[in-house]
Amino acid sequence: MTDAFLKLGQYLAFPFVQYALIVGVLIALCSSLLGVTLVLKRFSFIGDGLSHVAFGAMSVAAVVGLTNEMFIVMPVTIVCAVLLLRTGQHAKMKGDASVALISVFALAFGYLLMNLFPTSSNVSADVCGTLFGSTSVLTLTAAEVWVSVGLSVVTVTVFAVFYNRIFAVTFDENFAKATGIRTELYNLIIAVVIAVVIVLAMNLVGSLLISALIIFPALSAMRVFKSFLSVTICSAILSVGTALLGLLASIMFGTPVGPTIVVAQAALFLIFWIVGLVHGGVKQ
Amino acid sequence: MEQLRCENLTLGYENGAILKNLSFSVKEGDYLAIVGENGSGKSTLMKTVLGLMKPLAGKIERGEGLNRWDIGYLPQQTIVQRDFPASVWEVVLSGTLSGEKFHPFYTRSDRKTASENIEKMGLEALKNRSYRELSGGQQQRVLLARALCATRKIILLDEPVTGLDPKVTLEMYELIQSLNKEGVTIIMISHDVTAAVRYANKILHIGGHVFFGSVKEYLASAEGKLFTAKEARK
Repeated sequence: MTDAFLKLGQYLAFPFVQYALIVGVLIALCSSLLGVTLVLKRFSFIGDGLSHVAFGAMSVAAVVGLTNEMFIVMPVTIVCAVLLLRTGQHAKMKGDASVALISVFALAFGYLLMNLFPTSSNVSADVCGTLFGSTSVLTLTAAEVWVSVGLSVVTVTVFAVFYNRIFAVTFDENFAKATGIRTELYNLIIAVVIAVVIVLAMNLVGSLLISALIIFPALSAMRVFKSFLSVTICSAILSVGTALLGLLASIMFGTPVGPTIVVAQAALFLIFWIVGLVHGGVKQ
Repeated sequence: MEQLRCENLTLGYENGAILKNLSFSVKEGDYLAIVGENGSGKSTLMKTVLGLMKPLAGKIERGEGLNRWDIGYLPQQTIVQRDFPASVWEVVLSGTLSGEKFHPFYTRSDRKTASENIEKMGLEALKNRSYRELSGGQQQRVLLARALCATRKIILLDEPVTGLDPKVTLEMYELIQSLNKEGVTIIMISHDVTAAVRYANKILHIGGHVFFGSVKEYLASAEGKLFTAKEARK
């Protein structure tokens, strides 16, 4: 065990480890902020769906041979987020069905493209890396870190400034609209921010595990806390804490980053669930 | 003073009109009950009055000094709200947000308005409780306090007593009546004609034949007679 800590001390001196920790914490913070709203709006699976869309877009970018794939991935993911979250009163298809549809299609399409037009010799390793985010968080460049910092600052600021309206729109959209709040605008803001966060988060945990970053902290916090503010703060703390813990553990024990974080979050969820039961925090 | 006048409204969705040639008006201090069978278009009418939907034809005029967001609203509960982690204070305070001007955060006067309405609805003891833990009647009072934060002029209530037990139903009706006596205009959607006739001063009956007039006129009308005949049989 002491060996492991010594090793950790050495690793922490490396810039790439520091980068991973900075980006990991920021992504965990951003995704947890919107997680509460998404879970309550019954869009728990949007993280999964949109990350598959981003995966599909990445394959297209790779096949086309774009040097900077963000030019395709970001707009495509944002458009899909806006379409999915647009809650029309007469929607022909329910939210969960359209999320599932787009998610499965984008995943299949992306994998198909990568197989038809392989850009490297080992397609399955590429796919596995994108989906489970094997090592990409440990190979970040300083420029990528700055982009993450910038986008995180924007996300947190947008969330703080519109916090009260996001609450009103999530709690009761019709009431908010009747009192003159521009609900379409706030739904659009939520959609754009979540798309940006998901594209960012793919670097950390990979596309399959983004859902965990969005839903676990929010659901854990909702077991115990009772007001929107306390749930939001608690889920942010939980998310940042588990991301740090998971990253450090994966460095110490050489485990894959994404799954380690998710297992840490699942363990915390179990604890909060039990605390909630004992405390009577959630009445059925 | 007339606060709301609807003329020759045609309501519905693209694929067809539900209601045609609907005209009625609401004066300051009125208590209007909108009654009608399920599916007669009560909810569509309410959404149109609130500005959530546009009428297919006809017009809605608001009296002088009355903005679109001066109409408070007590909605039917949605599924989302049943497990929503929000304190009573947060829910009531959110009623003070409006499209009028943008402040990112609540102002001192917003907090004062919220406190006053919490007190008015007798919710001080529940202020920090979670909305999802409250009983149906308490939740309705929280939503009423929120509507009062949005406006003191007109409150629109959509089936305010659905799912409440008889005692709480009576309390709710009396609370609404006391607000009306303070000068708040009430528009209540209901299929409880007995209560409508007892508490309201005007009735709008939609579906089938449209009737609009005072309670007295309603009881003398064909629709009203149908209702009194049903009551007599009970």
